[in-house]
Amino acid sequence: MLSRLGVFGIGRQCVSVRALNGARAARRGFASSACDEESSTSENELFDIIISGGGMVGTAMACSLGLDPNLTGKKILLLEAGHKKEMDKVPETFSTRVSSISPGSATLLSGLGAWDHIVNMRCKPYNKMQVWDACSDALITFDKENLQDEMAYIVENDVIVAALTKQLHTLSDHVEVQYQTKVVKYTWPRPYHVSESIPWVQVNLANGKTLHTKLLIGADGPNSMVRREAGIPTVKWNYDQSAVVAVLHLSEPTENNVAWQRFLPTGPIAMLPLSDSESSLVWSTSHQHAEELLQLDEESFVDAINSAFWSNENHSELVETAGSVFRTALSVLMPDSGSARQLPPSVAGIGPKSRVMFPLGMGHATEYIRHRVALIGDAAHRVHPLAGQGANLGFGDVAYLTQILSQAAYNGKDLGAMQHLLEFETERQRHNLPMMAAIDLMKRMYSSNAAPMVLLRTFGLQATNALPPLKEQIMAYASK
Amino acid sequence: MYSSKFARLAFGLLAETTLICRLTRNVSSKGKPLRSLCSWTVCQHHRQKNQLSNGLTRLNVRTVSQSTVDPAEVRKFQAMASKWWDLQGEFAALHAMNDLRVPFIRDNLLNVHGVRLLGKPLTGLRILDVGCGGGLLSEPLGRLGADVLGIDPVEDSVRTAELHSSYDPELLERVRYQACTLEDLAEEEVEGFHAVVASEVVEHLADLDAFASCCQQVLKPGGSLFITTINKTKLSYVFGIVAAEQLLRIIPSGTHDWEKFISPEDLERLLESFGFHVEAIRGMMYNPLTGTWSWQQSTAINYALHAVKPKEEPQPDRVWAESENLDEPGRATGHS
Repeated sequence: MLSRLGVFGIGRQCVSVRALNGARAARRGFASSACDEESSTSENELFDIIISGGGMVGTAMACSLGLDPNLTGKKILLLEAGHKKEMDKVPETFSTRVSSISPGSATLLSGLGAWDHIVNMRCKPYNKMQVWDACSDALITFDKENLQDEMAYIVENDVIVAALTKQLHTLSDHVEVQYQTKVVKYTWPRPYHVSESIPWVQVNLANGKTLHTKLLIGADGPNSMVRREAGIPTVKWNYDQSAVVAVLHLSEPTENNVAWQRFLPTGPIAMLPLSDSESSLVWSTSHQHAEELLQLDEESFVDAINSAFWSNENHSELVETAGSVFRTALSVLMPDSGSARQLPPSVAGIGPKSRVMFPLGMGHATEYIRHRVALIGDAAHRVHPLAGQGANLGFGDVAYLTQILSQAAYNGKDLGAMQHLLEFETERQRHNLPMMAAIDLMKRMYSSNAAPMVLLRTFGLQATNALPPLKEQIMAYASK
Repeated sequence: MYSSKFARLAFGLLAETTLICRLTRNVSSKGKPLRSLCSWTVCQHHRQKNQLSNGLTRLNVRTVSQSTVDPAEVRKFQAMASKWWDLQGEFAALHAMNDLRVPFIRDNLLNVHGVRLLGKPLTGLRILDVGCGGGLLSEPLGRLGADVLGIDPVEDSVRTAELHSSYDPELLERVRYQACTLEDLAEEEVEGFHAVVASEVVEHLADLDAFASCCQQVLKPGGSLFITTINKTKLSYVFGIVAAEQLLRIIPSGTHDWEKFISPEDLERLLESFGFHVEAIRGMMYNPLTGTWSWQQSTAINYALHAVKPKEEPQPDRVWAESENLDEPGRATGHS
């Protein structure tokens, strides 16, 4: 399903990215603002790398750089506006903000030494994902051949941050961390010496201090101040949707190793396993509907969830018939393909005070880098949560940027130079853009309940489901 | 767009060489005999300088004077620094060449000496960068931990390099520059360096014998000589002179003298006659479309060479005993 929708995007984006980079590099050389000439470097601290934002991605970046042997001896600083997020004991209730962690991200976290902490705290693997349509019987399942392999893990964001923070603490010789530190101003250098100016990025803190850095990494989230101050344009749109999240109690304990997602005409609803008897709900819907869902009493809310997963009210006879004919034809052509439909568990209740809503949007920075600046994670790209890819794209950035900077250091390069940063941008956009395009297309295709659109996606979903090699490719791409 | 890329290619083959072309007038102004090594100076380089600041004495090598600060002079060097250090500009191909020559130098030195300190693998090694220009190669070597001395007879280049590295405390303590010739230095720095680097320089020398002899003199026994230059082939004539000078006019006609280019075989023979042992010769190729260099089999246009001065009396630990004291502050070795 992803690939059918994404192919166009992939091809086109790759070409345009490559073609644009050269021209962009030249243009960017002149786009920076003038430098503040008042203070001189000697009076202030000069860092090799400053990371702005200590969330999941920023903290992972700090750990990753701190562990790299080629970056030994570099001065690295992590700035975080909030306080240190430690977790001595896992709280009893689950948090509503969770991430789907792909095997690729798990490998990265394990390389950073944080994965053991996560496993010791709390995470839930799942090895199957079932996606189906509210307007027809079409469905697609993703699973690993041998069910021992985990497809992905559902981990609470707080757990990830706490595990990384713990690990970062052991690297205090290599990485300095300043919590509760707000940045009030960034001043960008010229691309090369043109006047009596400091060639570094200047960071003014709310506490009055001034820092300088050869490379600034912006990991400060979807409303990135680094991105805004650098004047990097963002392509973004709101879906006019909000997500309602909650912790769900299942009516009976099960193996609970399947991630469920159903496309309703109002938006996708997903149930992600947290434990044997609890799951996390992510329900994307219109702002108004989300408000209503938030107002419902607990019992009605649970009914609404169950009916969203079970109801057939959106089925139409035409699509039903066409779909089943197509499915029969497929099963004649490829008898053993596809997987059987499984039924999602029913929900009995919700965790206390766990119902929250937040607006959904999509954003993509047209440039991930400038002279001495790089954006990672949500600062560079924000996606719809429907494919559970948000955190994974960010961790992918971390892995690749570390690799690039490590190589640059081993070649004696200036870490903030454009040449290797451009490599980072090209490579990551080549990965992120098709993913974002696919997710966005999928979201749009499933927002309609017009018969032709429903038919199209019904056939698409069924055909993809019947083609294991195609499914494997999709999974391989998504698990990087 | 492609034409400018192509221009950069052709220019890249020659870029550094344009800065160090031979003008003997300069030498006589210093009252030295007309020996080739002290006779480098700049053609195009000076042309730029004169565009930027009219009325400055032409082709005049002055002594470096740190104490006098003339604001106009400082501005001039900043303008020049901006040319030398513009990664997309005239010297783009030279900047890009660092992707090959820095690893070439680093890996060959590490083969001999081993990694001393993670993150700063060349710590404790003294490297002489002959014809350092704006410090394009001196800085990366300094960042790798080596103590680098960059020399160039053109004072303007040296001042430019000094200004650029002065902003980075990491470089300030490791990279020094001096406006002098290799011959001047050879007398005071006998067996002073673990390595001598002459990148895109030897194609401008009239007297290679003197060059080889000086290198021999300043290198410690077992020290390495690294050279990158242009071969003497039809291809290098087409790319280096016809394309760059006559068709695209990136550099002034007559900057390069094809007769001065030297083939790897001749260079090897010459170095061996001075007691060097040539360890490796590798071909290099510039791709104008990607703006990157790559290693290749053929040495038809550009090539890199690594030669070693044999140890006369084997004293394997002597070199390291000296550099043992140069410990990097703050970080212990052997961290994983």
